[in-house]
Amino acid sequence: MSLHVSELEVHYRTLRGDVRALDGMSFELGDGEILGLVGESGCGKSTLGKALIRMDGRMRHVGGRVVLDGRELPIADDRAMNDFRFKEVSLIPQYAMSALNPTRKIRKMVGELLRSRGAALDVAELERRMDQVGLPREVLDRYPIELSGGMKQRMVMVISTLLDPSLLIADEVTSALDVSTQKAVARALLGFRDSGYVKSMIFVTHDIALTHHIADTIMVMYAGRLAEKAPADVLVKAPRHPYTRLLIDALPEVGVRYAERRLEGIAGSPPSLLDPPPGCRFRDRCPLAGDECAEQPPVAEVAPGHYVACWKA
Amino acid sequence: MTTIQETVPREREGVRREALHFAVRNGKLMAGLVIVLALLLLGLLGPLLVDATPNEYGPRPMSPPTGEHWLGTTTFGQDIFAQFVYGLRSTFAVGVIGGGIAAVIGMAVGFAAGYLGGFVDEVLNMLTNVILVIPTLAVLLIVNAYLGIRSVAVQGLFIGLTQWPWAARAIRAQTFSLRTREFVDLARMSGSGTWRIIAREIAPNMSSYLFMTFILLFGGSVLIASSLDFIGLGPTEGVSLGLMLQNANQWSALQLGMWWWFVPPGAAITAIVGALYVANVGLDEVFNPKLRET
Amino acid sequence: MRRYFGRKLLIYGLTFFVAVTINWMIPRFMPGDPVASMVARANVTKPEAVEAMRAYYTSLFGLDQPLLAQYANFWGALLRGDFGTSIWLFPTPVSQVIGGAVPYTLALIVPSVLLSWVVGNRFGAYAARRKLLDNTVLPVGYVLTAMPYMWLAVLLAWSLGVIAGIFPVAGGYSFSMRPNLSWAFLLDLLHHWTLPFLSLFLVALGGWAIGMRNMIIYELESDYSTYLSALGAPARLVRRYAFRNAVLPQITGLALQLGVLVAGALVTEIVFAYPGLGSLILKAIQNKDFFLLQGTFLFIVLGVLIANFIIDIVYVVVDPRTRAGMAGAQA
Repeated sequence: MSLHVSELEVHYRTLRGDVRALDGMSFELGDGEILGLVGESGCGKSTLGKALIRMDGRMRHVGGRVVLDGRELPIADDRAMNDFRFKEVSLIPQYAMSALNPTRKIRKMVGELLRSRGAALDVAELERRMDQVGLPREVLDRYPIELSGGMKQRMVMVISTLLDPSLLIADEVTSALDVSTQKAVARALLGFRDSGYVKSMIFVTHDIALTHHIADTIMVMYAGRLAEKAPADVLVKAPRHPYTRLLIDALPEVGVRYAERRLEGIAGSPPSLLDPPPGCRFRDRCPLAGDECAEQPPVAEVAPGHYVACWKA
Repeated sequence: MTTIQETVPREREGVRREALHFAVRNGKLMAGLVIVLALLLLGLLGPLLVDATPNEYGPRPMSPPTGEHWLGTTTFGQDIFAQFVYGLRSTFAVGVIGGGIAAVIGMAVGFAAGYLGGFVDEVLNMLTNVILVIPTLAVLLIVNAYLGIRSVAVQGLFIGLTQWPWAARAIRAQTFSLRTREFVDLARMSGSGTWRIIAREIAPNMSSYLFMTFILLFGGSVLIASSLDFIGLGPTEGVSLGLMLQNANQWSALQLGMWWWFVPPGAAITAIVGALYVANVGLDEVFNPKLRET
Repeated sequence: MRRYFGRKLLIYGLTFFVAVTINWMIPRFMPGDPVASMVARANVTKPEAVEAMRAYYTSLFGLDQPLLAQYANFWGALLRGDFGTSIWLFPTPVSQVIGGAVPYTLALIVPSVLLSWVVGNRFGAYAARRKLLDNTVLPVGYVLTAMPYMWLAVLLAWSLGVIAGIFPVAGGYSFSMRPNLSWAFLLDLLHHWTLPFLSLFLVALGGWAIGMRNMIIYELESDYSTYLSALGAPARLVRRYAFRNAVLPQITGLALQLGVLVAGALVTEIVFAYPGLGSLILKAIQNKDFFLLQGTFLFIVLGVLIANFIIDIVYVVVDPRTRAGMAGAQA
């Protein structure tokens, strides 16, 4: 197992109290596996992504462990975590368009970044990887402002994976792109995995259809908890959790993509994570909810590799 | 594209309540406000407490602070406390008038340039840049020297007329970023007129920013007015903190060691302007969540 | 590049034009007969000065000439370097009077502005996001920047000059000395220069430190900083980048503050009776020497415009984006 997350609990400090953004998440991720992480905004998927590499000032690690390749990640210790960043865990951020220092040429910036991490810049290797994603080499001697959005995105992808991290977190990398560019980015990410630049990947998104194309496994989160996790095909074709089913039903037939068709909202909204009610968090919106749902459903393995947290599954 | 519904729009009411919540807990904002209000109160009520007229010559010149003259007297026996409280009034007046006029012009120019864009923007932007480069005090020197400024109000008027460009520039940039937003489009499609959209949609959405701009303009006006007064181009009829400094300097209070003459007016200007700046930082923290508590 | 500077030069040209026009126009707004009232207001005793004044104003307002011709004449005189004759120091030409004062003002303003900018930026950058320093630098900075320039000048003159007696509080050099190139005189100059310099330096320092502190915090919040931190880059590198980027708006800020800084220098000179343009203005106002005042005004505007242009050039050198953008615009 490459990544092992158990009972991870991360809170967000706000004025009105702690928001339980991650409330006991457990899952595993194998070598070479791409995990698609989907859910509504506020479900905790971005928090999970951040928790694995760098928590921001308002996040607090409350409990649970994260083990990567047999070593525990000190996620609560910003300084100790530095040893793992970039080398073991890396990130392609949501804001790739503005992730590059505007006043440094790319070559210089990459060189300074690598040197600060005690690594030397292997120009030949860098250029090979740029070729792979279709970036012309002149880009290295340009300032970020001279690159197009797509070029910046690909440049950040190359930089983030330059030290061959074990785990790559791709956070909403496609949400700002048009459909054809999205496909190219997804292909490039698959290429990184196949070339062995990264061992495993967590692909955070709210686009289920795109995830289906690239992920081996899809994990659905709801209100800070795991709802369902299964091989991509199984999850899309035979979902067990009522929430996943509603999400998938709202999709047009799989394979047929109606352009610009937005998901019909599921009636209601997720509970406040400030002081969540006991029991299943989907209860209020669930068409199948019954008395047993007043108690929190455990995550159960209903088939090999298929995990569901629902009494009715 | 199939996506899960993103973000719930936050209603204005909630934002306002949250801002108030932060405002009363913000030390900088509260400290700044207390200082400014205390001095304002002193300026408003002080003149009612003293019976001496500020420029009246008295029998006891060059007296250090005593029970009778709380802040001592000038070389001519004028009561410094009386001058001080009347001077506070002038300072607040010049800040409100100068800052207010500059804010109004800055908003008009900034909104028009930012919202209308195109040729209007081109012309207004050029005008703004030209006036921005001219050193304000130098222009005011010429104007005041030739025209002779009698009252604090006229002084404030001229300060306001020269001080607006940076505000116009800042407001223009803000307007620019707001005008392409959905709610503005919606208002435009529903047929609202330009000024209606600006007044109803754009201005309310940057009201905190506008208020902070006014505060800075207020502070700037106070400082410029004090410099003008000090050079000897202040209002000829009246008392102000800057004029007190000028008199102290002109009649060698420094060499005579009459610190009570030049310390209070300068300290008051510093306190007012400094408190305003600090309150402004506090306001910024209240309205800009990124800056709250690092 | 050409377009950028072309635009800037157009703005500066227009500004100068507006300034000259204001200079020409304002006297016309004076109520009543401007010549008579100005001659009357001028408390000049020398009859030849009164005559010169009347002659100048008559030609300035010359009722026999069309308005446009008067305006053209005004420009013509200006371009010949003829600012008129000083009333106060009759019959010295205004340009010569100003020429004598400018070195003092420059000697005061250039070092204090540049040094306060550099030191203030360092302080601010260092204090940002460091609790203890931030809590001291910030309040001190706000007090300094809120001070009227002349008040700090008065306080320094009083404490270090009158009470402690370390520095002289008036003049550019001792009365007993004649300007010459000896060490003794230069030392005396420096001695007189210290307090006004310190006063200007300190007030400006506060503003720069606060500005830089806020800019650095903003840059440290920015996406590229977050990205670098997520990749484990040490704080040193992140801060270095942040500083580099935060300096750019501070350069623009320097251009915007020039007017305020000049104003500060003028009043500071008045406090210390320092023989620069500020003291000249005071004398001009006291003696109703309008030629001198107008000449000084134009001179200050011109100086500020030149300084602005220098800052523009520096900015282009320092910010790659302006160059990159310009290269793109040309292609």
